[in-house]
Amino acid sequence: MGTRIRPSALGTYAVLFLIFLYGPVLLLPLFSVNDSIYITFPLKGFTFNWYQQMSQNDQMINALKASLKVAASVSVISTILGFIAAKAVTRFALPGRALFVGFIMLPLIIPSLVLALALLVVLRKILGFELSLMTVAAGHVMLCVPFSMLILISRLEGFDRSLEEAAYDLGDSALKVLVRVTLPLVWPAIISSLLLCFTASFDEYLIAAFLSGSDGTLPVFIFSQLRFPQNLPGVLALGSCILVGSVILVTLAEVVRRRGGPVRESGALGS
Amino acid sequence: MTAQDGFIYIKSVSKLFGSLRAVDDISFTIREGEFFSLLGPSGCGKTTLLRMLAGFEHPTYGEIYIDGQAMSGVAPNSRPTNMVFQNYAIFPHLDVRQNIAYGLRNRQMTKATIDDAVDKALNLIKLPSYGYRKPHQLSGGQRQRVALARALVCQPKVLLLDEPLGALDKKLREEMQLELRQLQQSVGITFVFVTHDQEEALTMSDRIAVMSKGRVLQIDAAQQLYEEPNCREVAGFIGSMNFIDGRLLSASHGNYLVDAGPFGQLRVTAKEGQIIHGNVTIAVRPEKITLSETPFPSSQENVVKGRLAARAYLGDRNHYYVETAHNAAPMAVARQNMIRDGQVDHLVGKDIWLSWSPDSAVLLDPASS
Repeated sequence: MGTRIRPSALGTYAVLFLIFLYGPVLLLPLFSVNDSIYITFPLKGFTFNWYQQMSQNDQMINALKASLKVAASVSVISTILGFIAAKAVTRFALPGRALFVGFIMLPLIIPSLVLALALLVVLRKILGFELSLMTVAAGHVMLCVPFSMLILISRLEGFDRSLEEAAYDLGDSALKVLVRVTLPLVWPAIISSLLLCFTASFDEYLIAAFLSGSDGTLPVFIFSQLRFPQNLPGVLALGSCILVGSVILVTLAEVVRRRGGPVRESGALGS
Repeated sequence: MTAQDGFIYIKSVSKLFGSLRAVDDISFTIREGEFFSLLGPSGCGKTTLLRMLAGFEHPTYGEIYIDGQAMSGVAPNSRPTNMVFQNYAIFPHLDVRQNIAYGLRNRQMTKATIDDAVDKALNLIKLPSYGYRKPHQLSGGQRQRVALARALVCQPKVLLLDEPLGALDKKLREEMQLELRQLQQSVGITFVFVTHDQEEALTMSDRIAVMSKGRVLQIDAAQQLYEEPNCREVAGFIGSMNFIDGRLLSASHGNYLVDAGPFGQLRVTAKEGQIIHGNVTIAVRPEKITLSETPFPSSQENVVKGRLAARAYLGDRNHYYVETAHNAAPMAVARQNMIRDGQVDHLVGKDIWLSWSPDSAVLLDPASS
């Protein structure tokens, strides 16, 4: 038993690694209940004041709402577009498939700064759009489609094409094959894609900063608030709420994905 | 040949993938209610042909008729065919009943009628209590049956089977061969069965088309294919075969006399009307050859002398390999193990005599393949 308690080099490394990863994040909730506007140790006292202040900060709540709206629509639109593209790439002998995929994946490599600038010029100067949450969402869709497509391509390639052929052979129309076979089998990937696109859009700063008009998204708003120290604890409170929210969301998604697990592991798919 | 001749009529069908001729100008017919096998090595075009029958591939040239109807432009979901896939393609997210009912739910049928049909199908495949299992809880053989039931409940005019027994182990495969054959006879549906396993094709089929490199070499019943192959490739693909090259000396009333070099003159009785000149190949099956450790009487025809090189023990029979003065490859002789310890091991390395009757050999045109 003694050997098990003695910390091994690998164990120590693992613990340090986890502290390095999550330590800074955990400071957020800690300071959000600290009775001081300065983020320094030692802690002063316990308070829920900042949470109250947060809930009364209409500007911040509006920014949060804007971000949620953008992220929700971006995740849905990107996943639909990503699914259509992934289906085309995996199911049809497209001429120039590699080139096509390459172009769609490009936003992953191009620096967001360049993308943001280019989009600003195109939307504002060439197309003459007013900047709004819509333009932010459009930029985010461009950024998110590659993620969604990558997730869905790997899922579609992982499942046996003869399943779709069998459905077609048994009398289904193309649409019915999609609804009765393809979607039920790829839905874990669709959930992953929705979640990933949601988070990618929710915390994206650069494109949002360039393309938002009068009403900014949350990251843009928070960044503008950093100049005012008295507002900082409120931001920390909001950050803590978002942290809790995302932990719940990811846990839920994982539970749902596991429940759908046997579908993936059954023989016809595994082979 | 016209469309009326056969239930399925494959008319001058070719399929090109790029420059590859997967199916090369094939024409033949399949009768109604027939168990028809497409047999050949992998890459011979048999699966491509089957997929063209199902509608997943389209002929580059030619036309396929099923029950008198041209199939070009008819999608898989409106063809009178159903398919059993090589890896079964059981829907993993549905249970057994839902899988079997899948095709029926595309028809105007009440739930009660569907349930009834599914119950009957489950009984047919002898899995009546497995209806609510998920596919991953089934064994390979059970999945295979579910795939079969799912296709059969749709009552297709033609059932297409793409190496459905390939993934099963040998014992189960032999059981399923028998079951599949009985099933086909009881439902009376035309089966088109793709396999690379010649034994499987011989056991189950009414007729077999032997394919190679996109072409059909011979279409016949099992016995004809085995006993009267029409070319060297078919003879070699189905079972094992000894080939002896020679020159035709004379032919009269189905009696052929062949000069086989060091073997002297060999006689073959074959179908009359076979037009063969000059160079010929005599083909003899290993089990049709008699072995003797002493010379045969001089009246015996078709005698060859050789040296016993090796023996292979196969349980029910032994294969003897005899080196001769004529052939590069040793001649194979099969002998049933009628008695225990009946081998002739002490003769390995010694001289031995082979003989076969003129009507057990086949005369082939060496240029045919």
